[in-house]
Amino acid sequence: MKPAPFKYLAPASVEETLSMLTQYGYEAKLLAGGQSLIPTMNFRLAQPAVIIDLNRVSELAYMRPGDSGGLCIGAMARQREGEYHPLFAERAPLIRETMPHVAHPQIRNRGTFGGSIAHADPAAELPAVMLALNAGFKIRGREGEREIPARDFFVGMFATAMQPEELLTEILIPPLPPRSGWAFKEVARRHGDYALAGAAAVVSLNEQQRCREARLVFLSVGDGPVEARGAVQALAGEIPGEEVIRAAAETAAAVDIDPGSDIHASAEFRRHLARVLAVQVLHQAYERARRA
Amino acid sequence: MAERIQISVRVNHTLFEREVESQLLLSDFLRHELELTGTHVGCEHGVCGACTVLLNGEAVRSCLMLAVQADGQEITTVEGMASPALAGALHPLQAAFKEAHGLQCGFCTPGFLMTLIPFLKNHPDPTEAEIRQALSGNICRCTGYQNIVKAVQLAAKRMAQSA
Ligand SMILES: Cc1cc2nc3c(=O)[nH]c(=O)nc-3n(C[C@H](O)[C@H](O)[C@H](O)COP(=O)(O)OP(=O)(O)OC[C@H]3O[C@@H](n4cnc5c(N)ncnc54)[C@H](O)[C@@H]3O)c2cc1C
Ligand code: FES
Ligand code: FES
Repeated sequence: MKPAPFKYLAPASVEETLSMLTQYGYEAKLLAGGQSLIPTMNFRLAQPAVIIDLNRVSELAYMRPGDSGGLCIGAMARQREGEYHPLFAERAPLIRETMPHVAHPQIRNRGTFGGSIAHADPAAELPAVMLALNAGFKIRGREGEREIPARDFFVGMFATAMQPEELLTEILIPPLPPRSGWAFKEVARRHGDYALAGAAAVVSLNEQQRCREARLVFLSVGDGPVEARGAVQALAGEIPGEEVIRAAAETAAAVDIDPGSDIHASAEFRRHLARVLAVQVLHQAYERARRA
Repeated sequence: MAERIQISVRVNHTLFEREVESQLLLSDFLRHELELTGTHVGCEHGVCGACTVLLNGEAVRSCLMLAVQADGQEITTVEGMASPALAGALHPLQAAFKEAHGLQCGFCTPGFLMTLIPFLKNHPDPTEAEIRQALSGNICRCTGYQNIVKAVQLAAKRMAQSA
């Protein structure tokens, strides 16, 4: 099908974008890579009266080292950069490892970091990885700029803490503490498809090789990315050997998540996948942390 | 209602100036306005890959772009593959698809070819796993993919020899 008619605006700067958002509010939709928005417009599930195209806002298309380590990613940085740009391999290897699982090369050539995060699809990889990395998001609006931590940003299915007249401008990835490891795994019917379930983990050790801090986040098992808080508590202060990891994964699958059933997978199968994936990512993250 | 916008787009090295409605998809612009019907449309939601074209040399879905977004950009379609210098001789990839039976009905073929041009540029000697991953976003209902993979391997070998 084809999109319904709309007014097309192509601002050249963030300032211009914000004044258009203020003017049109709920009537307007921001167009980033279009890889989620245009399909919904083609199906006429979305019929915005105004499209504000961000593709000429070049000040949003960048990535650069953060001031205190880590990485800053402009909202309009393309997803393909996560795969090929050396800054990701160097400063956010978890994103680098996850990227090939996000859709297909042709989609990643257009799709943006900001678009995937603002879209907040519960089956999307990047929101889960953002939680695992403890990322923060810079949001610009009429009243100025605010920063929202990833764990307060995703508030439900396709829902975020942003207002319709606000713009996501930057993603802040903090540096990992010393002795940290990370991992991402998912199960999909076909490479690049939305996952039936997926998991991202970051494990940081103290000098005694015990778990100082860990985050385990699932995708496709709830209304948004789901942090396994119970599982992580089970790891705290422990040496994350096989037994400890198994127990944590058990807690994650049995207590921390409440997956639904759909045509792709039953809730029971998703719990099974979550348990298996949790063991794998925690184990790999721990091994990488030990060698770091 | 429908707003008309002036655009100028370079397609297969020729500059086209047209006035288009804002909601016109790039795929429909190529097919209906420019009559370049080699770009096929299977699903219009980004899943099948039949509409893949090159935007400034990179493979993208033309059904997920607006024609107005192509203003000032360079597009290559399957019609731009065969070399005009060689009186329309097939591109080595096209020749390999033909010889290795990489197509049957041919509906998906333009999308596969456009995906493969930048892929082979970046991976001149690809493994089978790399080929399959690169083609994960293109659906073929006929071939079962085996011969498509063989065609890519054949093309890569020939392109390496002639390079
Ligand atoms: C066939 C196919 C398979 C896919 N598979 C996957 C997959 O496996 N995993 C996955 O995660 N994704 C997948 N995707 C989605 C893809 O990754 C999209 O690129 C991504 O979800 C949206 O990014 P975008 O830049 O294209 O955003 P758009 O589609 O342009 O926008 C998405 C939404 O975000 C809003 N938005 C965009 N940018 C901003 C901003 N800066 N500030 C505020 N709001 C903004 C838009 O208004 C819109 O509501 C797939 C898509 C297709 C077509
Ligand atoms: S028609 Fe564009 S991907 Fe199917
Ligand atoms: S050859 Fe018929 S769909 Fe691929």
